[in-house]
Amino acid sequence: MTDAASEPTRPGPGGTARPLRPEPPAVRDAATNPWGDVWRQFRTHKGALLGLGFLVFVTLFCLLGPWLWPVSPGALDVRNKDLRPVYHLLWDGSARVSWSHPLGSDQLGRDLLAQLIAGGRVSLAVGWTAMLIAMLIGTLVGVLAGYFRWLDGILMRFTDLVLALPILPLLLVMMLLFRDPLRATFGPATGIFILIVTVIGATSWMQTARIVRGDVLALKEREFVLAARSIGTPARRMIPRHILPNVLSPIMVSATLGLASAIITESALSFLGLGFPSDFPTWGKLLFDSTDRMADFPERVLWPGLAISLTVLSVNYIGDGLRDALDPRIRGR
Amino acid sequence: MLTFAIRRLILAVPTLLFIGLVIFLLLELAPGDPMADQPLTIPPEVREQMRQALGLDQPWWVRFSLWLYQIAVVEPQVLIDHLFGTSFAEGKARIISWQTKFPVMDIIVQRLPQTLWVVGMAYLVGVLIAIPIGIISAVRQYSAFDQIGTFVSMVGFSVPTFFTGVLMIVIFSVNLGWFPSIYNTQLRVTDWDSFLQQLRQMAMPVFVLALYNASQISRYMRASMLDNLQQDYVRTARAKGMTERTVVLRHVLRNSMIPVVTVIALGIPSIFGGAIITEQVFKVNGLGQLLIIAINANDLPMVQTLTFMFAVLIVLFNLIADILYGILDPRIRYD
Repeated sequence: MTDAASEPTRPGPGGTARPLRPEPPAVRDAATNPWGDVWRQFRTHKGALLGLGFLVFVTLFCLLGPWLWPVSPGALDVRNKDLRPVYHLLWDGSARVSWSHPLGSDQLGRDLLAQLIAGGRVSLAVGWTAMLIAMLIGTLVGVLAGYFRWLDGILMRFTDLVLALPILPLLLVMMLLFRDPLRATFGPATGIFILIVTVIGATSWMQTARIVRGDVLALKEREFVLAARSIGTPARRMIPRHILPNVLSPIMVSATLGLASAIITESALSFLGLGFPSDFPTWGKLLFDSTDRMADFPERVLWPGLAISLTVLSVNYIGDGLRDALDPRIRGR
Repeated sequence: MLTFAIRRLILAVPTLLFIGLVIFLLLELAPGDPMADQPLTIPPEVREQMRQALGLDQPWWVRFSLWLYQIAVVEPQVLIDHLFGTSFAEGKARIISWQTKFPVMDIIVQRLPQTLWVVGMAYLVGVLIAIPIGIISAVRQYSAFDQIGTFVSMVGFSVPTFFTGVLMIVIFSVNLGWFPSIYNTQLRVTDWDSFLQQLRQMAMPVFVLALYNASQISRYMRASMLDNLQQDYVRTARAKGMTERTVVLRHVLRNSMIPVVTVIALGIPSIFGGAIITEQVFKVNGLGQLLIIAINANDLPMVQTLTFMFAVLIVLFNLIADILYGILDPRIRYD
């Protein structure tokens, strides 16, 4: 484990990782600050930088969108149904467009732009929450299995078992089973949100667990762990102070992969008709609802699809850049 | 190696038993009623008899054992009967779909060719595209080809298949009219024309799935080639005066294929799962669509059997990947 985060630092007797010579922050250059070094490496990866820019843009777009474009995504405007996007005027002068619906409206007159914003909020929220749950479970299982030998066998057999489960069919079955009870308990939107997030999180932690376990096993043999143990550090202090900071980089890389796959899985579930209820827009749901009339209105498929694809693409590029920045050995692969 | 394979095969049995049990218990919680689609005019006592006829009055462990017996003993016997004309399975109850009242395995066998044709072809095409791209990308690292190849594989890996599929339909079947957007399973290939028609209707689903597979495999191929190109034996081979072609194709490629072959083997079962979406987009009536219909219709025996078969595929190909790894790389010793 030679990640950039642990190399320039050495754990002091107190256990916290500090630079060897504490310098005043003004003259501290990037090389002595591990995260500055990571950021400098990250900046050299053009795709990752673009990806980060796009992710920030999409997130801001979805967060601030309702203030910038205060149209309710569910508001029916039947007089203005089936409008085309305004840019259609460029090549088709007779297209029905209106500046009150810049990206057009659907067969019930709901504004596509407002639906995209609302759908993005849900899709991104599902992605982040499911990813955090998967990382939490994966890190917990991985650290426990790597650190405590008596837990290793049973936890890793369990991981292998979950890996052998056919995930997508089971996701579909679980969605079908628990949809109604949760909907009854928490209301339609919250119930499905809890269900999707839990189900995706509970079925995508295995790779993280394996990677973290491998790294913890290697870390346990390092001198600083031996040193910390020799002064009698118990496991409950050892893991958060010495182990976790050093497995942070693989966790961050698999977190980006997890975010991307969680967004895709949510859209796929919505696309198969087993996601959120139909009046509740997510990007996958918008795409699915528009496929019936995509011959006449391709833009209704295009925009949500582009939103999903570009978000996932930028997250994957961030993951690539992060991996390069955190692990100098594999740079450029 | 043989003892390892046998040990792994024996270990696979409890794994599969456990997975079967997990799936069964999950389905046991299902709120749906298989009688829900029957007319409301049926009196309650007849309804109760119908439930008994489906075996629903039995406790779950009885039903689970029966299902296990059927899938492990009866269905293979039916297969043997079918192949050799024997009559082992005579009079034994098979797994019956609640939806169609027809043996589950027979429906699966009907659906299998479509899935195998489309999905299998897509995987094959994907592998055949991915390997040369991975090799060239690695040999000419940072060249224009490499940059474009890496970008395309990143895009193919990121864009979900339901979006590429829908996009392909809009472009090639709605606007250009080259390919049909719906897969016609009635089509029998009898002559050249129907063969061409079959090719046309397979083109889009195969392309969509192949792009997705190829982008993943070419990334592995490139990384593996790059790993090996820096090894000492490559320098030795070059120092001996071998042509670059021999070095790359004979020395580096063979060593780089070891991890890639296992990745390819591991990807085969996940293809069946991933094809659920593609089959839905192009309306191919394969196994994935069968599963979706069965889930929506509460056809528990069908869902149970299909999901279990996916699990069997995963376990089987994990085993194959491990054995292949041992055969291809003599440094790996399992015993």
